[in-house]
Amino acid sequence: MLQENIIRRLESMVGEENVENSNASLLAYSYDSTPQFQAMPDAVVSPRNTEEVAAVVRLCNEEKIPIVPRGSGTNLCGGTAPLEGGIVLLFKQMSKILEIDEENLTMTVQPGVYTQDVHKAAEEVGLFYPPDPGSMHISQIGGNISENSGGLRGLKYGVTRDYVLGLEIVLPSGEIIRTGGKLAKDVAGYDLTRLYVGAEGTLGVVTEATLKLIPMPEMKKTMLALYHDIEAAAETVSAMITNRIIPATLEFLDQATVKVVEDFAKIGLPTDAKAVLLIEQDGAPEIVERDVEKIETLCRENGAFEVTVAATEVEAEALTTARRAALSALSRLRPTTILEDATVPRSEIAPMVKAIREIAEKYELNICTFGHAGDGNLHPTCLTDIRDKEEIALVEQAFDEIFKKAVELGGTITGEHGVGAMKLPYLHLKAGEAGIEAMRSIKQALDPNNIMNPEKIFTKSVVIDK
Amino acid sequence: MMDAKEKERIQNNFKEKMDYEEILNCTRCGFCLPSCPTYIETGKDEVHSPRGRIALMKGLVDGDIEPSEEVKRSIDLCLGCRACETACPSGVNFGHLLEQARDAIYQTNEKSLPEKVVRNVAFHHLFPHQNRMIGLTGLLGMYQRSGLQRVARSIGVMNLFPETMRTMEKVLPEVPKKKEMKQRPRHYAPLKKQTKKVAFFSGCLMDTVFKTTNDATTKLLQYAGCEIVVPELQGCCGALHGHSGEREQAKEMAKRNIAAFEDAGVDYIITNAGGCGAFLVDYGYLLKDDPVWQERAAAFAAKIKDVTSILVALDFHNMPLQLDEQIVTYQDSCHLKNGQKTFMEPRQLLESIEGVTYVEMHDASRCCGSAGIYNIVESEMAMQILDHKMEQAKKTNAKTIVTANPGCLLQMKLGIEREGLADEMEAVHIVDLLLRAYEGGREKMRFEEMDSGGHAGA
Ligand SMILES: Cc1cc2nc3c(=O)[nH]c(=O)nc-3n(C[C@H](O)[C@H](O)[C@H](O)COP(=O)(O)OP(=O)(O)OC[C@H]3O[C@@H](n4cnc5c(N)ncnc54)[C@H](O)[C@@H]3O)c2cc1C
Ligand code: SF4
Ligand code: SF4
Repeated sequence: MLQENIIRRLESMVGEENVENSNASLLAYSYDSTPQFQAMPDAVVSPRNTEEVAAVVRLCNEEKIPIVPRGSGTNLCGGTAPLEGGIVLLFKQMSKILEIDEENLTMTVQPGVYTQDVHKAAEEVGLFYPPDPGSMHISQIGGNISENSGGLRGLKYGVTRDYVLGLEIVLPSGEIIRTGGKLAKDVAGYDLTRLYVGAEGTLGVVTEATLKLIPMPEMKKTMLALYHDIEAAAETVSAMITNRIIPATLEFLDQATVKVVEDFAKIGLPTDAKAVLLIEQDGAPEIVERDVEKIETLCRENGAFEVTVAATEVEAEALTTARRAALSALSRLRPTTILEDATVPRSEIAPMVKAIREIAEKYELNICTFGHAGDGNLHPTCLTDIRDKEEIALVEQAFDEIFKKAVELGGTITGEHGVGAMKLPYLHLKAGEAGIEAMRSIKQALDPNNIMNPEKIFTKSVVIDK
Repeated sequence: MMDAKEKERIQNNFKEKMDYEEILNCTRCGFCLPSCPTYIETGKDEVHSPRGRIALMKGLVDGDIEPSEEVKRSIDLCLGCRACETACPSGVNFGHLLEQARDAIYQTNEKSLPEKVVRNVAFHHLFPHQNRMIGLTGLLGMYQRSGLQRVARSIGVMNLFPETMRTMEKVLPEVPKKKEMKQRPRHYAPLKKQTKKVAFFSGCLMDTVFKTTNDATTKLLQYAGCEIVVPELQGCCGALHGHSGEREQAKEMAKRNIAAFEDAGVDYIITNAGGCGAFLVDYGYLLKDDPVWQERAAAFAAKIKDVTSILVALDFHNMPLQLDEQIVTYQDSCHLKNGQKTFMEPRQLLESIEGVTYVEMHDASRCCGSAGIYNIVESEMAMQILDHKMEQAKKTNAKTIVTANPGCLLQMKLGIEREGLADEMEAVHIVDLLLRAYEGGREKMRFEEMDSGGHAGA
């Protein structure tokens, strides 16, 4: 509970109407899209500009009140659950596109802008902002930056990190700094921009961002390849890369996923195939035509029994939109869906898919797999019931094995969803003790009072269970 | 304020009445947020979003929070438009959750006196009884015809009512005479080679205040080749009750309707009010725990079809339809779209009218704020939503705004009145416009025949 006088001070900083602490508000900001993580904050505060953010942060730093910055709460790592209470900081009043600079090909935005609105604004002037997480019509750019989100186009275009040129940040001390800028080159000191991309709200508050835009590809083609067995699909992925073809999108869906997605989207997806690859190529027309042809041949050579190219843009859009709904649609099958984010080098996709299947069989769990196969980022998703404690214990063991396998194959425990509270126990697998120590010293230097999103990425206590 | 005892009662009700499995279906992915009018209109307040509302329901069941005025406010402010359902990849049936939550709150809540009286009169005494509906609308008609309306307006009695009611009173249609309302024919022969035998669900409000629209509906169906029966024992669909926490009453009304239509021997039961249709389609769910009625309810529900959908099935849009040159736009009925999944057919019909330029309104499927009695009990939010709707409507330059549900129709009329556009814009129910277009089409054919007849003679 916050003292009454703190609430009053917050109100005087950001306006009374922008501080909420009714039980309904506290509950409505107690969760994100991660199952099993929920905790009540003490107040919900919506500042109107950077100065107000700074004032709130300063107060919290003095009073040692935790702050959890929150976008749309769609993260999948328990990243915005206020585990230590404190203040949830919203950006609903800081959601403007400030500038599109067509000479420098940049866009400057406030953190609360929806990712999709960044896309639309860029497209209106013939430019392109590639990062497109599945949640993009609702996720905010501040959330994308803080999770370093990927998406369906990661293979060819990279992830959010590759499009953030500069940031305005309110440090945990309340000071305001600007990093980077509209610059193609900048080596003046440490690359703080990169440090804050993916910092999960643990090092400060992003209050403005300058994003890089690129010219819009001239055209795009979308296709589906259907397989009778999962591993053949996975092998196609590797074959494509070794044949030096880099599609814009290379998504993998297994049968169970296709079925539920079709159930929701009703666009005639092939529910009889054991695995489906959704492939998209963009660029100059002659290159796209050539690649599509090559891709089709490769798919067939590697065992696809059918390859179809979307006839119209509407049809193509329907396919990618349906893919974006995959995770939520899976929850139709069981009450709880627990999804992971293990990522391996592209070349190891086939062994990883196989390992996931074996682990699922071993623990007798229903694990569906879909994901950004092209960049080695799979989303094994366990369909379970949070009330079934025994099964949940098995789920945890299974994921433990999946993580270990991923790291063994040269991969990581999370490719794009972040560590948050959920993967905190596994961070050492990837980062190692010394790695965690290095991260912790950065955290301590910047946020000595541990007010920024505490209990995320690592705990206060040094002990980490191995 | 809620006292401890009431809180306890509400909390127990939540534990007892909520479908917890359905709550757990929500993955909290947030995909529904941008589709929710109250989330948008409150400046993105999660409390007034579908995900937030489901979380509050879960919180009450789990005992994480207590019932409070703010929690109740969240449930009250929901329009029940079910746009969130259409957006939800997990298939959460929010409409059902909302009904259960309202049931849980309102079965115990001591409401303010005027609201209680209104609810009591409306829900228990008026809607369940068609005769009394006729009586009431008869009164309204007498009031309109007698000149009392003029007097009342001039001395400003209407100023005593909230603004919505005042403007609403201006836009209410001319009510038919009491005698006419009681003389609803029970059978209509097709006016073309017969293709289908259907039953018509005439509705309570539709068969009184909107009787001309009902008459237009039966005419269109006749022209399209339907034999129509109108079972006498039918009554109000119960939607308003179901959506407002009066579920038990709604169940009784459902049973009466099921029984009334069972012997009609028809392929389809036709409705012309999106709000009623969506509730009728859901009778199977409403009576799912009733072993005697469950199957009968499902059979009934399977036959429900909106008038626009049967007209398209019967190729009505390929008949000659003609209107004066005009731009027409369409405002979706939330329940027709999100509940009955009917949204292509009305557009298809409108586009097939000669003389009509159909212009799609931006966000046509976003709720207009009418939502049953929402625009009366939550008038402030309803008017905010309506004003935004009218901005979009104006951008289409339409002369005619078409709707498919009486509540939406009144709301759009209200919007036109509020904007002072009564001289340039008109709101109509789709069947009324289609009937005009059909008659226009026939007239044109007659002219053409006369024309070509004349030439042949020359
Ligand atoms: C159905 C579904 C599909 C998804 N698909 C993808 C996908 O394809 N790829 C992918 O990478 N992710 C995906 N995600 C995960 C999630 O959408 C992303 O992590 C997204 O970037 C989160 O954005 P948000 O606005 O919801 O942020 P939130 O969840 O609210 O916050 C995320 C993190 O950012 C911090 N944060 C937010 N704003 C700020 C700020 N202004 N300053 C500092 N810190 C801040 C928070 O503290 C938190 O740690 C998906 C999620 C769902 C539910
Ligand atoms: S879209 Fe469906 S699953 Fe997602 S938050 Fe909304 S109701 Fe829940
Ligand atoms: S029914 Fe309509 S108002 Fe209510 S939560 Fe769903 S979208 Fe929002």
